[in-house]
Amino acid sequence: MAQWIDACATDDIDEEDLIRFDHDGRTFAIYRSPDDEFFCTDGLCTHEQVHLVDGLVMDYVIECPKHNGQFDYRTGEAKRAPVCVNLATYPAKVENGRVLIEV
Amino acid sequence: MTKRDYSLLGPDAARAVKTGLATAQWYHTEVPRKEMKALMQRSDQPAVRDTILLFGAMILLAGLGIALWPSPWSAPAWLAYGVLYGSAMDSRWHECGHGTAFKTPWMNNAVYQIASFCMVRNPVVWRWSHARHHTDTIIVGRDPEIVAMRPPALFRIFLNFFGILDALTGWKHMLQNAAGHLGPEEADFIPEQERPKVFRVARIWVLIYAATIVLAVAMQSILPLMVIGLPRLYGAWHHVMTGIMQHAGLADNVLDHRLNSRTVYINPVSRFVYWNMNYHVEHHMFPMVPYHRLPELHEKIKHDLPAPNTSILDAYREIWPALKRQLRYEDYFLKRELPGTARPYREDLHAEALGVPAE
Ligand code: FES
Repeated sequence: MAQWIDACATDDIDEEDLIRFDHDGRTFAIYRSPDDEFFCTDGLCTHEQVHLVDGLVMDYVIECPKHNGQFDYRTGEAKRAPVCVNLATYPAKVENGRVLIEV
Repeated sequence: MTKRDYSLLGPDAARAVKTGLATAQWYHTEVPRKEMKALMQRSDQPAVRDTILLFGAMILLAGLGIALWPSPWSAPAWLAYGVLYGSAMDSRWHECGHGTAFKTPWMNNAVYQIASFCMVRNPVVWRWSHARHHTDTIIVGRDPEIVAMRPPALFRIFLNFFGILDALTGWKHMLQNAAGHLGPEEADFIPEQERPKVFRVARIWVLIYAATIVLAVAMQSILPLMVIGLPRLYGAWHHVMTGIMQHAGLADNVLDHRLNSRTVYINPVSRFVYWNMNYHVEHHMFPMVPYHRLPELHEKIKHDLPAPNTSILDAYREIWPALKRQLRYEDYFLKRELPGTARPYREDLHAEALGVPAE
């Protein structure tokens, strides 16, 4: 059953950037948008399972470091080939300077 | 001696999957996240400048060629135009395919479409084949873009200096795709949902070529084909020359771009045509870094890379003897020496890279 997990402090993520968060044998990516909102997706690209953490956040897009595939990290939508399969997203919220994700 | 099978559906392909060489973890030099983030930042300005320069020069040179036609004095204009059409478009295709040349996506896409047309590479097919080249760089049976196979087909490479085989294959595939067919190897790496796009682009191209040929027949002259189509042949030499430098003679089946790719310092004109892809180890290690930031990336990580070749000539001084030797003994390759400051990675693969390294 999904539960809220304390993932990191808000300050752990730079603006327009992401970090990797591993939990319970799974890997996630947590994003801080240019508008200071936080989002969470699966941590691995749906194309070839590469960690997205080495990629580049541009506005609301995460670009995968391997083949430059892109996702909208708010919705997980695959935006640019070679990614075709959407990325799973998870709810994220901020409480007392901490980022919580529901996974 | 190991016989290599470069088919994507052959025994080497199956072996690469079985031995873990396919879709594997590759070596990366450590670069602090902040610095890498800065290097990856996109910007329109350098590519807009270069694109205006490129298209401006093409219009000017084609105009000059047309004005002087059919005098032999038009030849220099055509030769220069050909290099921009048949070679500079290769690097534009490449960079815009990665989506790193411009910050604005539609600019990347527009130049990517034009460059794909000039190079006769279906923009959808080649996006997928190039992704595979990055996943499995010079892994035999997995990488569809190996130029100098072993033993090297030197006559094929020679023909391709004039674009002959590549362009003819491109045109043949264009006609197949326009008729709604995909070759078996293309089908191996192009997902189902992308296929209608392959066919649509091919049909548009057929229309453009048909219009050009109709115009040439009406004018009773090859002049329209000198502008569209033929420069893919007479201007191909530069991109083949630089393309061969990327990996030829180096190890195959290793998981470290420092060992199978070549960085070469080259002259500024060739760098413009090649859009800095002479920093090839750097590009493969970090494909997110735009072409105009590669020299900076090179400075940051060169302590971890083999010494670059100092010129095109210097590169060919090692490539040519290596290719000649591979004709007789295909396991031969040039073993890259890492500097003392470098971090080693999977030395076992390099040592046993399906053969025997140069002494
Ligand atoms: S692994 Fe992410 S785009 Fe290929």
